[in-house]
Amino acid sequence: MNNYDFSAPDFSSLAARIHSSRREDVLRALKQRDGCRIADLTALLSPAAEPLLSSMAVAAGRLTRQRFGRVMQLYAPLYLSSYCANRCLYCGFSFDNQIPRRILSLSEAEKEALILADRGFGHILLVSGEAPARLGVDYLVGLAARLRRRFASVAIEVQPLSVAEYARLFAAGITGVVVYQETYDRQTYAAVHRGGVKTDYQRRLAVPAYAALAGMREVGIGALLGLSDWRAEGLALGLHLAWLRKLSWRTAYTISFPRLRPAPGSFSPLVAVSEKNLGQLLFSLRLFDPDVGLVLSTREQARFRDGMIGLAPTRYSAGSCTIPGGYGDAGAAGEQFSVSDERSIDEVASSIRAKGFDPVRKDWDAVFQAADEGASAGAGVDD
Amino acid sequence: MLSIAGRTFRSRLFMGTGKFSSSALMIAALRASGSEMVTVALRRVDLNDPADDIMGALNRRRFFFLPNTSGARDAAEAVRLAHLARAAGDTNWLKLEVTPDPRTLLPDPIETLKATEILVAEGFVVLPYINADPILALRLQDVGAAAVMPLGAPIGTNQGMLTRFQVGIIIEQARVPVVVDAGLGVPSHAAEAMEMGADAVLVNTAIAVATDPVKMAKAFAVAVEAGRMAYEAGPGEKQDQARASSPDFDLNFLRDE
Repeated sequence: MNNYDFSAPDFSSLAARIHSSRREDVLRALKQRDGCRIADLTALLSPAAEPLLSSMAVAAGRLTRQRFGRVMQLYAPLYLSSYCANRCLYCGFSFDNQIPRRILSLSEAEKEALILADRGFGHILLVSGEAPARLGVDYLVGLAARLRRRFASVAIEVQPLSVAEYARLFAAGITGVVVYQETYDRQTYAAVHRGGVKTDYQRRLAVPAYAALAGMREVGIGALLGLSDWRAEGLALGLHLAWLRKLSWRTAYTISFPRLRPAPGSFSPLVAVSEKNLGQLLFSLRLFDPDVGLVLSTREQARFRDGMIGLAPTRYSAGSCTIPGGYGDAGAAGEQFSVSDERSIDEVASSIRAKGFDPVRKDWDAVFQAADEGASAGAGVDD
Repeated sequence: MLSIAGRTFRSRLFMGTGKFSSSALMIAALRASGSEMVTVALRRVDLNDPADDIMGALNRRRFFFLPNTSGARDAAEAVRLAHLARAAGDTNWLKLEVTPDPRTLLPDPIETLKATEILVAEGFVVLPYINADPILALRLQDVGAAAVMPLGAPIGTNQGMLTRFQVGIIIEQARVPVVVDAGLGVPSHAAEAMEMGADAVLVNTAIAVATDPVKMAKAFAVAVEAGRMAYEAGPGEKQDQARASSPDFDLNFLRDE
C-alpha cells in the first residue's frame, strides 16, 4: 500500500447508510460466523438492530470466548502529567481549565508505578496531557528504562509522535500506543477542539498508522462517546480498523469507547449515549472483527462492566486514578475525568472470577524485546 | 508408545493451558485428559515467581512442561524466549511458535525454520508449530526438529482437519513424530487425525471454552485413544461400489505368445 493516509468518509453519509439498514440486513449480518463485512457492521449499528440486541450479545459472546478464551485482561493507567497545550472542551486537562497542574519526575512516576506493581498489575498505560515541551520522548524513554523489567507491558497514551519517535520508544521497551480520534465527525471535531495542535483533524487521523509502522505491537484507536452520532462513530472505527489491518498486519489492534463523564470545566455531553447504545457498539465491533481487543475503562459503572464480562470486552482497567501522583497521594487534585467504577483491582478480579472468567494480570513479557540499553542511556532527563 | 527425543509418553493427547476460566479448572481438565505433555505460553507466566498462578498449579512431576513462544513475531524473539525458558524453567524443550499475524496466529515458515536451526544448535529439543506444508516439515526435520506440529486449522477456529490432504503427506513422509496442533474443535476431529496416523494431537481452545471443560477433556482422551487404536488396527479402504458392480473387462484377445 502506498497511501499511508486514512481518509475518513463523510460522517453524515455514514450515518445515512446506517439509518437505511433494515431488519433483514441485521439478520444477514448475524448469520456471519467469523467476522463480517462493512455492510454488515453498518446494519448491526442501526436502529433496526436494537430489537435483536440479545441475539447480538450471544453471538458476540461466543466469538469473544472462542478467540480470547474465558479470560479478561487487567491494566491500570498511570497519569504522568496534567499539563496540556490543547483546548478541548470535554477534557479536564484542557489548557483553559483552572486546575492544579503537575508533572511527575521520573522518580515520582516510578514510585507510582511500583504501587501499581504491588497491587498486582502487569500491564500499565502511561497517560499524559499533550505538552511536548514538558513531557517529550526523552522523558518516556527514561521512564521506560526504569519500568520495562517490572511490567509485562508498558503502553502510552500521550501526544501524537512521529514514526521515528515511536520507533525509538519501541526500542526502549514501550510496546503499545493509544491515540483516539475522539470524534470522526469533522464538524464536531472542529467545534470541540478549540486550540492547540490537536485542532488538525487529518494530522491526528494519521497517527495510529505511524505507531503501527514504527513496529508497535499494539495500537489502540477510539472515539469519545457523547460528542456526535455514536452509530456513525462505530462505523468510522470499523473502517479505520480495517484500513489499519491492511496497512500493518503484524500489529494487534484495540478499540476503546470512553463515554463522556462529568469533568471540571463542566462540559455536558453533546448527545446522549446510553449503556444500551454502548452495548450495541461493543457487540457490533466484536461481530465485525473477532480478534480486535475491546477495552472498557472505569468510566463505566461496576454493574455495567460486570454484566459485559464474556460478551465482547477483553480488557478492563481497575482501581484507576486520573490525577498525576494520585496512587501515592489520596489527597491529590486535578483529575482528567472522574471514575464510576471505584473498586480495587482485587474487587474487580473477584467479580470477573464470579462470572467464570480468569482475571489475567500478565499476558506479555519484557523478554520479547531485546533490551536497547543505548536508547535509555542517551535520555538525558531526570528529576 | 509415543517417543519424542528419547522421552516416552503413554498419552497421545497434548494439552494447552490458555483460555481457561481458572487455574483450578485447567488442572482438573488436565487430570481428566490423562495428558502427560502440557504446553504453557511463556508470555502468560512468570517463571521467576513461585506464586505464579499457572506454574504454581502445575505439578511438573506429573505433567511434562513444554514452554511455548506464543506471541513471538520473529526468530530473534522466539530465541530470547527460549533462553528465558531454559534459564528459569529448567527445560531445554520448546514448542516453537512464531506467529507474526496477531489475528490469525498463523505460523511464519521462514522465521520458524531460522529459529529451529539456531535452537537445535544450542541444544534445544524443538517442536515447531507449522502450517501443513510437507516440504517445510521435511526441512525442519533435516535441521533437527524433534517433531513437527502441523495445524489442522488456524488456532482457536475449531474447524477440524481442514488441512487433511497436506497433513496426510506429512505423516507419510516424516521420520519424526507428527503432532496435529490447533483447530481441532470436537473429539471426532482428534479421532480423525489419529486414524490418519498422526502420532499425537494438541488441544486447547476446544477444551478450555467448552461448557464443561473436564468432561470435554475426557471426551478428547477417549477419541484420541479410539483413533490411535483404529490406525493400528489398519482400517479397510473405502470401497468404490461402482467399480465392484461393473462387468470384468474381457481380456480373451490376449494370447500367450
